[in-house]
Amino acid sequence: MAALNPKIDVFREQILEAAKNQTPLSIEGGGTKSWYGNPNTYSKLDTRNYSGILEYQPEELVITACAGTPLQEIEAALSEKNQVLAFEPPHFGEQATFGGAIAAGLAGPGRISVGNFRDFVLGARILDGNGQDLSFGGKVMKNVAGYDVSRLLPGSMGTLSLLLEASVKVLPKPAATATLRCQISQANALRVLNEWAGQPLPISASCWIGNANSDGQLMIRLAGAAAAVKAAIPLMSSLVMASEVDSDIATIFWSELREHQLQSFTNLSADQTLYRLALPAACGPLSIPGASNEVVLEWHGQQRWIKAPGDENTFAAIKQLATNHGGHATRFRQGASVDPSYQRFTLLNEQAHSNALVAVQERLRSVFDPAGVFATKRLP
Amino acid sequence: MAHMNMVTPPPDLVAISALQSKLVSALRPILPEYALLWEPEDTIPYECDGLAAYKRMPLAVALPETEEQVAQILKICFAMQIPVVPRGSGTGLSGGAMPISQGLVLSLAKLKKILSIDPFTRTAVVQPGVRNLAISEAVAHLGLYYAPDPSSQIACSIGGNVNENSGGVHCLKYGLTLHNVLRVRGVLMNGEIVEFGSLAPDSPGLDLLAIMMGSEGMLAVVTEVTVKLVAKPKLARVIMASFDDIEKGGNAVAAIIAAGIIPAGLEMMDKATTRAVEEFVHAGYDLDAAAILLCESDGTPEEVAEEIERMTKVLEQAGASGIQISKDESERLKFWSGRKNAFPAAGRLAPDYYCMDGTIPRRHIATLLKRIAGMEEKYGLGCLNVFHAGDGNMHPLILFNGADQEEWHRAEEFGTEILEACVELGGTITGEHGVGIEKINSMCVQFGEGERETFWGVKSAFDPEKLLNPDKAIPTLTRCAEYGRMRISGGKLPHPELERF
Repeated sequence: MAALNPKIDVFREQILEAAKNQTPLSIEGGGTKSWYGNPNTYSKLDTRNYSGILEYQPEELVITACAGTPLQEIEAALSEKNQVLAFEPPHFGEQATFGGAIAAGLAGPGRISVGNFRDFVLGARILDGNGQDLSFGGKVMKNVAGYDVSRLLPGSMGTLSLLLEASVKVLPKPAATATLRCQISQANALRVLNEWAGQPLPISASCWIGNANSDGQLMIRLAGAAAAVKAAIPLMSSLVMASEVDSDIATIFWSELREHQLQSFTNLSADQTLYRLALPAACGPLSIPGASNEVVLEWHGQQRWIKAPGDENTFAAIKQLATNHGGHATRFRQGASVDPSYQRFTLLNEQAHSNALVAVQERLRSVFDPAGVFATKRLP
Repeated sequence: MAHMNMVTPPPDLVAISALQSKLVSALRPILPEYALLWEPEDTIPYECDGLAAYKRMPLAVALPETEEQVAQILKICFAMQIPVVPRGSGTGLSGGAMPISQGLVLSLAKLKKILSIDPFTRTAVVQPGVRNLAISEAVAHLGLYYAPDPSSQIACSIGGNVNENSGGVHCLKYGLTLHNVLRVRGVLMNGEIVEFGSLAPDSPGLDLLAIMMGSEGMLAVVTEVTVKLVAKPKLARVIMASFDDIEKGGNAVAAIIAAGIIPAGLEMMDKATTRAVEEFVHAGYDLDAAAILLCESDGTPEEVAEEIERMTKVLEQAGASGIQISKDESERLKFWSGRKNAFPAAGRLAPDYYCMDGTIPRRHIATLLKRIAGMEEKYGLGCLNVFHAGDGNMHPLILFNGADQEEWHRAEEFGTEILEACVELGGTITGEHGVGIEKINSMCVQFGEGERETFWGVKSAFDPEKLLNPDKAIPTLTRCAEYGRMRISGGKLPHPELERF
């Protein structure tokens, strides 16, 4: 579906040149997440020149935009129509782009109630490693024509193809929200959150921050119909002795959590790494040798942030622990003195159940990128 | 449903029979006698799925009872280079489980155990042959259910749902199969066991679980599925609104969404459908309405009361000529009964009906309905329109007489024209039924050569020898070239005696 567009032609030339020279290209938007994933020194392909919202009709619940569009611009356009990206992708800086957010595939506090970035991607236009202009999926919620290629892009970290445009599902802002706060132990927080999640309560996010061995503070965000939120507040408050948080303070808290601006994230020391653990709901409190006592739990405990020494042995132990519990671990952000060349992710062949996928993933990458134009290994 | 037609001319009976003996003797040692069928009287129930117009006899049908047997069967077929067509409950509406003449049908129907239910983590692990509704029934006492509810949910299997990425009437609010499955375990064509996704919120590497969803049995054979369970809403109520004009009804759908409401269900029926179903279910539908909208709210009683009030206001402003709100559960089910019985009601109007499944942006609903009205004249066939209005997924039911070969061809042409209109309006040829064998030619319209080649590449990444359900969903270059020539000749088929999927 090649439309004549000089900006896309420039991208294509870069890709073909890279293919010819056998030198990968590192795709970058605003560079706000350049610290995330395995680093590389390859030359950059800057997407910011390809920017703008292409189509947005609020009643269709879909927005289509170019990869280089500032994420702020997209969220402002949605906000004007009382809509949101419900999975709350973190920006990690004002320059964050739409394409960068998709490539990183990260989601914020709302992920536990609405789903991941890939759950919201409906279609994508890409340039593959041959410079082919391809479109997959579309702009409608229900679409099973052909393999769902566009949903492979969130979290692919620019290692599959160059994303040009994407269509993403949006949702109305909830009619009402409220945040509750209480003091509770980690184990009790995990138990009560999972129990509530099995009941028809309008919980949209949760965060427990505290000392792994003693009490901590649990924040719970409710969102939905005004009547539902109003009815849930006394019911839940009485069970955990919670009080309602002022709405401005709550808004700041959830935003700072999403952006990792809370002190629990900013106090990472130079020799430490901020580890991200993705775990099943059944996983109770974990004890990690050498880790800081303070831990941050999101998504009812399914996403955990732990600060611990940045060395390889510590990561190996954390990976093993996460794998044993049915999850995986990432070196999310490293302190200044930690070796930047460390592998940041759990590898497919480090988990018995995914070993057979190594070959599949490799063949899949070569379909999109036979010459290795996007083979930066940023995502292994 | 349609039957007949599409009879494959026997290429070489002797060769086929020799291959069949070879396959059967290779599979015999690993399967009990009752789990391997090859006599025509035993395999004939497998000649087609829910789309009976497309049928073929397979070499044999295997009904394994364990994952180990599935893996062994695949290894044997892989070694013999025999194609395999996986099959769930056979309720698919696009011929995705139609056999291959020189291939094996691999039925997962006997893998039908619910392996575990965990109320604390709101998950269940089930085998692929478990029926969709059986999951919700098994967890109902815990106040939980499995949200996707395709209309075939009494019969269709979860393995089939994964392969079609099935939706249902509630997917506007609760999502598709994709959004409700955490992990899929399966076997690749070479017999290797693989797991996609996990119980954690994400997994290392590329999101291969996402590409498995809706892959129409072409990437891996599903042997185990971990589904997400959600809290059963305390209450549901439905508004039934009549509109004297289709356009007003379409606009009302957009107005509800624009008002910031995501109803649990948002369905529409046209006048012809309303009349057909009323005769069948006697639900008291407004027979003069040009369109009837069913708009459901679920949640806590407070939530439902608030949402029903807001939706009623929007519907009134959108010009509804009549509004009824269900007073209790039995009335709610009565309002829904017509929508749920649209297909059988169509079956009473004509010997056969052909169900289409395109999706279009919501704002084009009225446009498409007007075009379909024009097509009814053009092809001289009636059409009922029922659809998931909330997500623009249309199910036109084309009425025809399958005993009349020429009428079936007209129905097919009618359907193809509807799908092409869906693509032109910015939509897709299939919202939830899959491409299968039925819409494979329309894939040439929706996708260019580069996209189709990429799809073949994706298939090869999982199944390099292209043995797993290889003749479905993705057309070859040759097929699209032939289809292009056929379309140019003005809908008159050059060689009607040839098979032409």
